[in-house]
Amino acid sequence: MSLLSPVTSLANPSRFAAFAERLTPWLIGATAFVFAVALYLALVVAPPDYQQGETVRIMFIHVPSAWLAMFAYTLMAIASLGVLIWRHPLADVSAKAAAPLGAAFTFLALATGSLWGKPMWGAWWVWDARLTSFLILFIMYLGLMALRSAIEEPSRAAKACAILTLVGSVNIPIIKFSVDWWNTLHQPASVIRAGKPTMDPSILWPLLIAAVAFTLLFTTLHLVGMRTELLRRRARTLRLTAAASAPAALAPEPAE
Amino acid sequence: MPSPLSAVLNRDLALARGGGAGLGVVFFLLVVTVTPFAVGPDLPLLGRIGPAILWLGALLATLLGLDRLLQADHEDGGLDLMHLAPAPLELVVAAKILAHWLTTGVPLVVAAPLFAVMLDVGPQTSLKVAASLLLGTPALACLGAVGAALTVGLRRGGLLVPVLILPLAIPVLIFGVAASDPARDGFGPLGVLAGLALGYAVLGPVAAAAALRLLRD
Repeated sequence: MSLLSPVTSLANPSRFAAFAERLTPWLIGATAFVFAVALYLALVVAPPDYQQGETVRIMFIHVPSAWLAMFAYTLMAIASLGVLIWRHPLADVSAKAAAPLGAAFTFLALATGSLWGKPMWGAWWVWDARLTSFLILFIMYLGLMALRSAIEEPSRAAKACAILTLVGSVNIPIIKFSVDWWNTLHQPASVIRAGKPTMDPSILWPLLIAAVAFTLLFTTLHLVGMRTELLRRRARTLRLTAAASAPAALAPEPAE
Repeated sequence: MPSPLSAVLNRDLALARGGGAGLGVVFFLLVVTVTPFAVGPDLPLLGRIGPAILWLGALLATLLGLDRLLQADHEDGGLDLMHLAPAPLELVVAAKILAHWLTTGVPLVVAAPLFAVMLDVGPQTSLKVAASLLLGTPALACLGAVGAALTVGLRRGGLLVPVLILPLAIPVLIFGVAASDPARDGFGPLGVLAGLALGYAVLGPVAAAAALRLLRD
């Protein structure tokens, strides 16, 4: 119980905001440090691939972005359960802050994949199953953000987005399966590069450290985003109470 | 006294008889008409991509018609009565989806072989397209009901529903077009399509009813 209480006390939004404020500088420092190490390892230490040459270094940005793109959706799905089942005040703040981050990392994964694809495949874009699934994921993020911005009241927007996120999370495996099936139906296997069964440690280690750096970056941005969202909601409440208690002098003039 | 579900079904069918139900077919016809202008009047090419055009047209016609599924009931207060009805909201929503599909989905299925003739799609293939649409349009209607429920009462809901639902509808499109492929025999894709329709028939009404319940002011 004594171990659990510091964690459960963070469920209080204002305590969470204070905690996030104290944690943010440390997280920023850790992110910068691990990023510096990861970039040094990826750009200087790691050897160029014997087939792909220097372009293999794109992978150190591409793979962690792709992993965070999926991680952000998983986080949003869990937060949506929190919104609908426990009606937790922080769950929706977390889901809202994660959506633009997820969209940004999905875009980063698509863009770096495209940059890698030009020299490797000879085209900026191919309708490969993975690219296509990620494009659909990107559009789903955009749809979620559009739905949230279309609903003015935060509590209604929270519930609507939670339902859509959960319907999407039920659908994502179906979409993934059908896109894979569609791709094998339509395309020869020429563009799908032969998967490397084993990855050399000289490439694997920089990749893992880059993944840690990206995860730290996501955590930092997510925490800052959540704090900003809490402040934004408090400002909205203050504005609404101020408007409600405004003097009656602003009452509209009677019509003719 | 009729049961609440048959009452909802009869009411929606009666309302659809009042007009507006044929608009989806006209939109479908327009998509089929516009495509040859875009790709050229090349009949062999149109015959080859015909099933895909028909599926795209039916998909768009289904999704664009969805804003009327719940919006009219929201405006005239019928939705509040459905909340108070003795029947579970999930079943009421399912009855509404069924009525919507009968009035907008079935005409698309019937019209598809007709439009297939205009695109020089062979009789065998056009039957396949119709069969796949028969299974695919209910799946699309069930999925679309979720989008309609989420955007009910929104001022800019119009374009939002297709944006929310189209990415989720991609599996239906993939297997629908595959089931219409003249080169494929057997019932593989058609079976998957039936499975999708059954799955979405559960997911759609449950999620749409949850959205209606939670978003009720």
